[in-house]
Amino acid sequence: MTTPVESEQTQAAPVGAEIAEEDKPWQTVVWNDPVNLMSYVTYVFQKLFGYSRDHATKLMLDVHHKGRAIVSSGSKDKVEGDVARLHAAGLWATMQRPA
Amino acid sequence: MKPWRRKGSKIVCTFEQQEAAIVRGLVSQLQDMLAARADEAPQDELAELTGIKAGPSTSPDDPVLSRLLPDFHRLDADHPDQAEMDSAGALRSLHEPALLAAKSEVAALVMDTCPPNGGEVRLSLEQADSWATALNDVRLALGTALDVDENMPDELPEDDPRAPHLGVYHWLTWVQESMLQALTG
Repeated sequence: MTTPVESEQTQAAPVGAEIAEEDKPWQTVVWNDPVNLMSYVTYVFQKLFGYSRDHATKLMLDVHHKGRAIVSSGSKDKVEGDVARLHAAGLWATMQRPA
Repeated sequence: MKPWRRKGSKIVCTFEQQEAAIVRGLVSQLQDMLAARADEAPQDELAELTGIKAGPSTSPDDPVLSRLLPDFHRLDADHPDQAEMDSAGALRSLHEPALLAAKSEVAALVMDTCPPNGGEVRLSLEQADSWATALNDVRLALGTALDVDENMPDELPEDDPRAPHLGVYHWLTWVQESMLQALTG
């Protein structure tokens, strides 16, 4: 997400491999569940992330049809905060590193 | 009741007494569950001093609470990765007190604005947002208790013990859907 900062950190890293591992962005995953309304999930994506209605709807449909969608990514702190806000909204969200 | 509608900057509808009683009864049960879970948080002198609360590090045994308070990682049910389990426990302990507080706050707002004897409910957009969240929490709780899945019929056979409660669940779905249309329409 913040490319300039990442490259700066990599340069300054005394133990390159370890720091680069830490820098790998995290992902916020929202999983399908049978209770949450499609309209509500779209509304939450717009509200929490400021996404357009079209983008929020596309992510919601990914959750619905594919069982999951990656709705945001970035540093561990950012993604942790996103997951916490999604939990407060009642969505089933988890965080992961890309495989 | 008729659907929620938007009047200027307000979201408005009128509840019958029985409808208000259903909403208040379920939200009140949710408050009790959240409070009971908050009481399970480990007590220590340091937390008393700093005011920084730590929550439990393990998921609630109760499936309803477990759905309301999910893990931060998707853990393999049979062979969970130890590092992920540790991380999920630490994140739960860190974030659960605030999550419980947020859910309790929207629940309390519904109790404050839903008249016990029914009548008009007139909400600011911010209050309506809290209602939408609290109604969702109540539907999650009821849906989990009723074991709702994607193919849940409108009605269950009469001899199914869940049959009378499913009507309430579907009604709440309608109330929430109508509120979202009023908020975003």
